[in-house]
Amino acid sequence: MRFGVVVFPASNCDMDTYHVVDQVLGHPVSYIWHREQSLDGFDCVVLPGGFAYGDYLRAGAIARFAPIVEALPAFAERGGLVLGICNGFQVLLEAGLLPGAMRRNDSLQFRCRDVLLRVENAHTPFTNRYRMGEVIRMPIAHGEGNYYADPETLEQLEGEGRIVFRYCSAAGEILPAANPNGAIGNIAGVCSRRGNILGLMPHPERCYESILGNTDGLGVWQSILHWWGAAREQEAVRNV
Amino acid sequence: MSERKPDWEEMGLTRTEYVRICSLLGREPNYLETGLFAVLWSEHCAYNHSKPVLKLFPTAGSRVLQGPGENAGIVDIGDGQGIVFKMESHNHPSAIEPYQGAATGVGGIVRDIFTMGARPIASLNSLRFGDLSDPRVRYLFSGVVAGIGDYGNCLGIPTVGGEVFFDPSFKDNPLVNAMCVGLVEHGQIRRGAAAGPGNHVLLVGARTGRDGIHGCTFASEELSEESEQRRPAVQVGDPFMEKLLIEACLEVIAAGLVVGIQDLGAAGLTSSSAEMAGRAGTGLDLDVALAPRREEGMTPYEVMLSESQERMLLVIEPEQEQDVRRIVEKWGLEATVIGRVTGDGIYRIRDGAAVVAEVPVRFLTDEAPVYYPEARQPAYYEEKRNWPVAATPVPDDLNQVLRRLLADPNIASKEWVYRQYDHTVMTNTVVRPGADAAVLRIKGTRKGIALTCDGNARYCYLDPYQGGMQAVAEAARNLSCVGAEPLGITDCLNFGNPEKPEIFWQFREAVRGMCEACRLLEIPVVSGNVSFYNETNGEAIHPLPVVGMVGLLPDLAGRCTSQFQQPGDAILLLGQFRPGLGASEYLSAIHGVEAGPVPALDLAVEARVQACCRSLARSGVLKSAHDCAEGGLAVTLAECCIAGGIGALIDNVPVLEESRDDNILFGETQSSIVVTCAPVRLPLVIQAAREHDIPCLALGSVGGDSLVIRHDGGRIMINLPVEEMESLWRESIPSLMG
Repeated sequence: MRFGVVVFPASNCDMDTYHVVDQVLGHPVSYIWHREQSLDGFDCVVLPGGFAYGDYLRAGAIARFAPIVEALPAFAERGGLVLGICNGFQVLLEAGLLPGAMRRNDSLQFRCRDVLLRVENAHTPFTNRYRMGEVIRMPIAHGEGNYYADPETLEQLEGEGRIVFRYCSAAGEILPAANPNGAIGNIAGVCSRRGNILGLMPHPERCYESILGNTDGLGVWQSILHWWGAAREQEAVRNV
Repeated sequence: MSERKPDWEEMGLTRTEYVRICSLLGREPNYLETGLFAVLWSEHCAYNHSKPVLKLFPTAGSRVLQGPGENAGIVDIGDGQGIVFKMESHNHPSAIEPYQGAATGVGGIVRDIFTMGARPIASLNSLRFGDLSDPRVRYLFSGVVAGIGDYGNCLGIPTVGGEVFFDPSFKDNPLVNAMCVGLVEHGQIRRGAAAGPGNHVLLVGARTGRDGIHGCTFASEELSEESEQRRPAVQVGDPFMEKLLIEACLEVIAAGLVVGIQDLGAAGLTSSSAEMAGRAGTGLDLDVALAPRREEGMTPYEVMLSESQERMLLVIEPEQEQDVRRIVEKWGLEATVIGRVTGDGIYRIRDGAAVVAEVPVRFLTDEAPVYYPEARQPAYYEEKRNWPVAATPVPDDLNQVLRRLLADPNIASKEWVYRQYDHTVMTNTVVRPGADAAVLRIKGTRKGIALTCDGNARYCYLDPYQGGMQAVAEAARNLSCVGAEPLGITDCLNFGNPEKPEIFWQFREAVRGMCEACRLLEIPVVSGNVSFYNETNGEAIHPLPVVGMVGLLPDLAGRCTSQFQQPGDAILLLGQFRPGLGASEYLSAIHGVEAGPVPALDLAVEARVQACCRSLARSGVLKSAHDCAEGGLAVTLAECCIAGGIGALIDNVPVLEESRDDNILFGETQSSIVVTCAPVRLPLVIQAAREHDIPCLALGSVGGDSLVIRHDGGRIMINLPVEEMESLWRESIPSLMG
């Protein structure tokens, strides 16, 4: 399975993401410069965290016009996996590839800490190695993670199982106290209708090794590999 | 109407200095030349008042790859890798414009690190503010923290540690000391030298504007009501541009295309270019007309002195220009050849065809006058020292004292600060902020590095010699607590106006104390920064040398943190427990007194305590280690309980000659570390202490939901639930900040 990590000017989790795929998963991975126009040959593209183009206007507002982002819809249409982490999630929202918008954290401050997440949908390409309702821990580090969607969109997302992660308490309750940024419905991550585009604010590429005190993020990466393997098998069966 | 001052005086030169310039040149300097001398001979660039004292620092050691004199120091961590680090102050700008002042402080120190060829991997900071009850102090505090956070977060450099203290002496003159740490392969180390006549001088990054002109002369004077007008001398930061510069410069360096490289910091193009030529013994021929501007109508003087941020100066071979340009332009940056290196040792500035300044480089860089200011012990010194500490009443309710101390902003959790800093990016952070020292792993090895910065302004005010010594000892102790061996120091020396004999005395004594500790603990100083003139309307800050220290853990398996872990674990006090009420946080916070002798420090004992703690941590005997600092033994124990979410029973408190309860619990001491181990390993700890010839006392054991400290004979001194202590400690600063 071939991974690509998009590099915008001032992406800053690109190297961390590359490291996980290359050193931990042991899969082929390359950086994709923001000016590239083609995603041919890639199976999974990660839009990493950072401050693309400085994010002075609004997170992701400039990055959505990058040639590589314009290549994403066709890539996703063909069934490619797109994972937007933190700033990558913000870019996906601005590009209209996922519904909703991001506001500044309700504290009006940057927040870096660990949060607890409840897995709301364990059937996506990115979460199939978790259990439904499982509570996992991941780091966040963002100033604009206050997710918003209008009531109709929210209802639709709920109905279609597209809310993938919510901030929760240790017991898995969805409480205001567990919400680090004011996101509506404690939403931490949502996916596309087909499920092959996921955006999330927490950083699964920062918790993959016991020396970092947490391996809960590995599930996301293992899910991708597992899903891809299964999809390949199905394809092989169809082609027989 | 007063007469207009001559230009040289306006620019901050003294009459003697101006006369010296005239005699060196054999003529009067023109306006631009006067400006060049004014900035390069300012304290900020030339260290005129501090040089003879700074020479006292031990700077050599087997691990030192680069000592003072470059953009940053470097220590060897083996495997062909080095750690590049430096700390710098941005106090004056932050006093006027806290957000931008602090942000550009981070930007400047980060450039000093990647200039050496290193990838920045961590930031730390040491901050001082006035009392948080003052709304303006809260404005400064929140602005500085947001400025540091926003800049560093955008760069993707984790801010992993630091310290914050509050004291009225910093009310109008906060301290913002930023430290950056980088990782470099030995072969990639670059230096700031403009070598090779004929080579091109390339200006890379942001365009030059009128911002920050005279920033370094501003830093070399006291603050006053007029300082507000200096707001234009504060620069504005652009972390996006800086991030592009980091990537572009590291790529150019990795491609082997750089002869010399230096960032444009204080005094902008003037200091960076003159220093580069000075180090190489060459000359420069620069044309200011070629420098890209962001404003029209700038004079050569303005271009040379602008402190516009996010600019770098590269010296490259002419034939490499296209390759360099390709990389730089890929990152969307401008690169402009603004001149060339010459062999004549002359610093020549042109504005198009006209030569507008022509001065020998060494006059600018080597001929600045050195001052040997008068030093005099301040009047307060003896009086404060001899203050009758023993006359302080012992409070009836010691639980209440501990509650108040845990909520005291100087002791309370600093999570309000570091939750605004990205401290997990780069995925190397093994021990996060809030610990004795931060620990980072070095990917691809078993190694780790430990980082800390420490200083105690109250100790330094009451006894600068001891205070300087203890800053070094405490930093080294913090590294030892996590299991790391100290490798080197960067310092940031914050003082008032050195032209006042009492201030210069504080400075000299503090440095002498630091030197003594450096020698005995065998830790060299490899880089540093001096910040004088920290005074407002004639009132100086408490003197504060901050010690930034880097340590090495050969194997991360042998690391240690502060939290108590399992019920039944034995709690021991390792080292020489000699608490005193003098200069303590307890005396200040509870009794409102800042006086008395500072805790005594025996460096030979200190060295043995640290060695013992390190060897026990590395061999995996210890489950936790945390040194006794502000708030004394009781606060140290409370912090270990809070971190671990578990209580402790202390039933064997140290017996002292004058054992006042408040002194045992809250008196401050050096050379003491609270450690825990599994009960079966207790003999190993006791044996190690004996081998290192240091005292070791079994205090009690981990367990329960409360911290209970019981005097022999069963009298309860402290009994507080961990949950209550935690909420006091954790919620104090957030509630003060509203």
